[in-house]
Amino acid sequence: MEKLIFHRDKITDLDAFKALCPFGAIEEKEDGSLEPNAACKMCKICVKKGPFQAAEIQEVHSERPHVDKSLWNGITVYVDHVEGKIHPVTYELIGKAKELASVINQPVCALFLGEGITKEAEELRHYGVDEIYVYDQPELKEFRIEPFTGAFEDYINFRKPGTILVGATTVGRQLAPRVAARMHTGLTADCTILKMNENTDLVQIRPAFGGNIMAQILTPDNRPQMATVRYKVMNAPTRSDVKTGEIFSRKASEDKLQSGIEVLEITEKPKETFIEACDVLVAAGRGVKKPEDLAMIEELAELLGGQMACSRPMAESGWVEAKRQVGLSGRTVRPKLIITCGISGAVQFAAGMNNSDTIVAINKDPKAPIFKIAHYALIGDLYDIVPKLIEEIKSRGENTKDEEEAV
Amino acid sequence: MKILVCIKQVPSSNKVEVDPVTGVLKRDGVESKMNPYDLYALETALRLKEEKGGDVTVLSMGPPQAQAVIKEAFAMGADRGVLLSDRRFGGADVLATSYTLSQGIGSAGDFDLILCGKQTTDGDTAQVGSEISEWLGIPSVSNVIRFEKVDDDSVTVEMDLPNNIERSKVSFPCLISVDKDIFMPRLPSYTKKKATEDRAVVMLSLDNMKDKDDGHYGLFGSPTQVQRIFPPESDVHQEVWNGDDLGSRLYDKLNELKFI
Repeated sequence: MEKLIFHRDKITDLDAFKALCPFGAIEEKEDGSLEPNAACKMCKICVKKGPFQAAEIQEVHSERPHVDKSLWNGITVYVDHVEGKIHPVTYELIGKAKELASVINQPVCALFLGEGITKEAEELRHYGVDEIYVYDQPELKEFRIEPFTGAFEDYINFRKPGTILVGATTVGRQLAPRVAARMHTGLTADCTILKMNENTDLVQIRPAFGGNIMAQILTPDNRPQMATVRYKVMNAPTRSDVKTGEIFSRKASEDKLQSGIEVLEITEKPKETFIEACDVLVAAGRGVKKPEDLAMIEELAELLGGQMACSRPMAESGWVEAKRQVGLSGRTVRPKLIITCGISGAVQFAAGMNNSDTIVAINKDPKAPIFKIAHYALIGDLYDIVPKLIEEIKSRGENTKDEEEAV
Repeated sequence: MKILVCIKQVPSSNKVEVDPVTGVLKRDGVESKMNPYDLYALETALRLKEEKGGDVTVLSMGPPQAQAVIKEAFAMGADRGVLLSDRRFGGADVLATSYTLSQGIGSAGDFDLILCGKQTTDGDTAQVGSEISEWLGIPSVSNVIRFEKVDDDSVTVEMDLPNNIERSKVSFPCLISVDKDIFMPRLPSYTKKKATEDRAVVMLSLDNMKDKDDGHYGLFGSPTQVQRIFPPESDVHQEVWNGDDLGSRLYDKLNELKFI
């Protein structure tokens, strides 16, 4: 383990040194000495960029857990489902798990928790999973966090998977952290890239610090290592007609299935089309100056047969409903076409849409980060481009219609 | 009813970039504010208190400057504030953060209800609440969009699932993470701000925790380790368009790609 130490005598310009820290964590004590405070994230920028030997990393002997990694093997995917209907993020994770497993030559497993799901487990055999573990118990009928965690714990203690992938769905985002805390292990949320090292360490990459930065994260001394991934980030394998793999049935003991939660009722929400399901999205950002101007964004979306989406500031200001927000604090989308209008494109936004097939970005600022991921970077004013495009679609679209009618 | 709300101080701006030349992380100032999602949890707590009586404690972890968000919570109506501050808490990942918070909650008193916001705007993980509930061994429900009923020993809440609403009765003590928009957060009041100016924030360090093993906190207690940080790569094939009449050009392109 490492510890950060500052040597005041090596620092000539104190203010400049303190300013190096992006987290404002370099604190001056009353005796004039310097110490990192609780805001320190150990990014080590002060070591790299500060004066020679001003900040030093010291190896500290501490009791890091030592894990025999050879005792933990296989990559397990948690099967997300509603009443047995498997959420497609599950197949995407199976696809990724197979890729990761091939590096270390280990099996891919699936963990399925619920009631009356044994039949549905058969479906997983079409996707090349090696081992499918099913806990089909009445206590797992509805999602309640304690029994689900209890069954998950039973599985981990029995099967000892090296890696666990969980879809970042409403259920997955509650369940994975609770399981990680119970196993005293690490969990990385919303990974956008996953790779496997030959020593079985999972390389987890995600946007970090809420900004335009990616972090590469390891869980080097603990097993299982856990990660969540959002829907539509990885690619699902194609369904094979041939069934492979084996189904194992297990039961968690009574004491693992206790709960302080009593589910009273489950009501279906009125069906609506979510932005995740759209092939075309037109997304509005801070470049839109007044709420009234959203009408043209909506009109364009409608003309293209899609829906309006938005970035975080638009949802936070209440101009657009929160359910239309794209990004890490909103939804992840992967449409065939997305046109962003006046969106700068912070990483947290980009992470929610950069897998879209075609990205058209409209922004006045040529340095906007959105242009780094756009296929078509339109440097210009959305107030010129959008109305013109609408006009073109209306007039020229009408012509084609007329022609069609004439034929 | 005794309610505790977890809050966090986050940077006002999310404009963090890596300077391409020096490789240094750049933030536009270090001005900070209360995590916006926590405002909904605090508002929920204040409304429950107004309805049922009791008191509201806010708890945070961070450098001494984080007292500012606790003071802000006082100005909104919180009764008591606790800040867990110790350099040995620094560099904590989700596991160590949630463990520290659960230890801090243990030192701060007994609570019927612990409320958390949906996520923070600087970490965006939405995992800490659920991990706290595990350390405390209490039931938890996330994505709560409505408090239907509060009884002496339980709450009835609605959890928002993609296709369903799950209504459930959760027995005390429990942890609830509320969704954005559950209530409109009130603004801090000037009168309350003046009245609570001298109210002290309870400062707790590792020495005040029940578990004093520093291997369980901060960087030492964190199973995950950040290996490196880097600017996002971009390797897309790209066309850059400038000039006038981009609207018509875009029409032609969308037509060619068969979107029109």
